[in-house]
Amino acid sequence: MIELKNINKTFKVAKRNAGFSEAVKALFKKEYTYIHALQDVSFTIGDGEMVGYIGPNGAGKSSTIKIMSGILTPDSGECIINGRTPWKDRISHVKDIGVVFGQRSQLWWDVPVIDSFELIRDIYKVEDTEYKKTLSRLIELLNISEIVRTPARQLSLGQRMRCEIAASLLHGPKILFLDEPTIGLDAVSKIAVREFIKTINRENKTTVILTTHDMQDIEALTERILMIGKGRILLDGSLTELKTRNSTHKTLTVDYSGEKLPVSEHMTVAKDMGGHAEIIIDTAFLTVSQAISHISSMVEVKDISVTGETVDEMVVSLYKEFEI
Amino acid sequence: MKKYLSFFRIRFTAGLQYRAAAWAGIATQFAWGGMTILMYWAFYQNGGNSFPMTFPELSSYIWMQQAFLAMFMAWFFDNEIFESITSGNIAYELCRPCDIYTMWFTKNMAIRLSRMMLRCLPILLVSAFLPAPFNITLPSDWLSGILFLISVILGFLVLISFSMLIYISAFYTISPMGIRILATSVTEFFAGAIIPIPFFPEAVQPIMYALPFASMQNTPFLIYTGHIGGIEALQSIALQIVWFAVLLTVGRILMRRALRKVVVQGG
Repeated sequence: MIELKNINKTFKVAKRNAGFSEAVKALFKKEYTYIHALQDVSFTIGDGEMVGYIGPNGAGKSSTIKIMSGILTPDSGECIINGRTPWKDRISHVKDIGVVFGQRSQLWWDVPVIDSFELIRDIYKVEDTEYKKTLSRLIELLNISEIVRTPARQLSLGQRMRCEIAASLLHGPKILFLDEPTIGLDAVSKIAVREFIKTINRENKTTVILTTHDMQDIEALTERILMIGKGRILLDGSLTELKTRNSTHKTLTVDYSGEKLPVSEHMTVAKDMGGHAEIIIDTAFLTVSQAISHISSMVEVKDISVTGETVDEMVVSLYKEFEI
Repeated sequence: MKKYLSFFRIRFTAGLQYRAAAWAGIATQFAWGGMTILMYWAFYQNGGNSFPMTFPELSSYIWMQQAFLAMFMAWFFDNEIFESITSGNIAYELCRPCDIYTMWFTKNMAIRLSRMMLRCLPILLVSAFLPAPFNITLPSDWLSGILFLISVILGFLVLISFSMLIYISAFYTISPMGIRILATSVTEFFAGAIIPIPFFPEAVQPIMYALPFASMQNTPFLIYTGHIGGIEALQSIALQIVWFAVLLTVGRILMRRALRKVVVQGG
């Protein structure tokens, strides 16, 4: 059970203008600005839930993860995870959690991965039989048997990330924080990682909190999403909820034979190149099937595809809605 | 305790794989030690009687210094630690159920000891077979041998607990370079790494002996060579214990304060 109540965090950032004279001036008088990384962030996540935590760069995602993993102390607010406050009870708290920072590495770069695993086993005091069981399962699920004997420095990013994820789960944590686990991975590795996360969540009942910029991750993995922007929680709900709430437009891409595509009310032509057109329909007034039947009754349709608003676009529109 | 031992083991074995570096180190240290001894020999040829250490004492001191260089070199720092602070990789270390101070302390011990292991035996062996008075000699009696062993361990602990303060300073400054250079020069000078402390003017010697730097390599090597012994040696060892306790306490307090206000950079 994860409970955050009114968490605030402010960072002090040194600022100066460009140029030599400004640099000299800064030697004597430094100007600081305060960045409110988190403002009144509150949410509750139950056991075994899988939550996507999304937001643009600098929104406060990583800060929240760092607070929840006991690395960062907030200025004010309450955070109780499994009955403990992470930054006060760091050592006993971290035994229960696993963390993957997609942009950092926890494997010792000049020794084989398996050595790092064994060190992690000793650090977390994992029983030997338990360790062997977990390890063989992780090796199988993540398909890393071929690479665990290789030094981490010689692994590709996709291979390394799979080993990083395995390393974070060796001690069987109840909660797993994944901070951009698929960053920079190719499609195959991404799918492997997603499948694995799903399995772990389903079979071990591990609570998973995932931050990502990859909307496919969110669509493939999480039912519930938390959206954060400029330090504030903007939305807490399901992905479908977000979609229906915001998406009042759908784009139809049509390949047709004929001169010009005729449109009716609530349909706007985004572009028409004679044979290939993109039409935006207002779903508040017109359903997709109505639009398609209208078009196909007027011209001969060769190909048609429907795209909804992408989650990225939804985020942008939510920004406008919240005026931030 | 076991986790720190494993941590020690992984760093120690990783350190042993750098064999080419060890050979290069041995060669450099022979050249350096030989050069230093010959330089002192030139001085001793002209009125060596007025010098505070006998020439065989000095030879032993220099060769010990070279053999144990990896344990006592003040200019050596583990860049991984600085990097983990400046780049924010410390995030992972903070996610472990470990005490960071102990972890870094262990890591430093492991790296230095693994380097020392690779270098010390060849240097000790070869320098023992050099013609007198340029060779290293065994301690005069078994008591100073035992006192040396105790003192060398304590000196090692004092040095590491001092360098821990430099690591911790990286939490407060964006670039630790300045403090590092300053600390290195001060340590090397006052520890007797450049010139043994007995060669300094007598007026400043009491001050130098009282500073923590003298409790690093100076004390064990002077005990080994027989320059100090008996009650004096025991007093020096007591001072080493005091400095180790002080530096350890200060380091731990500073570390706790640093972690409370830590800002993990990036990402």
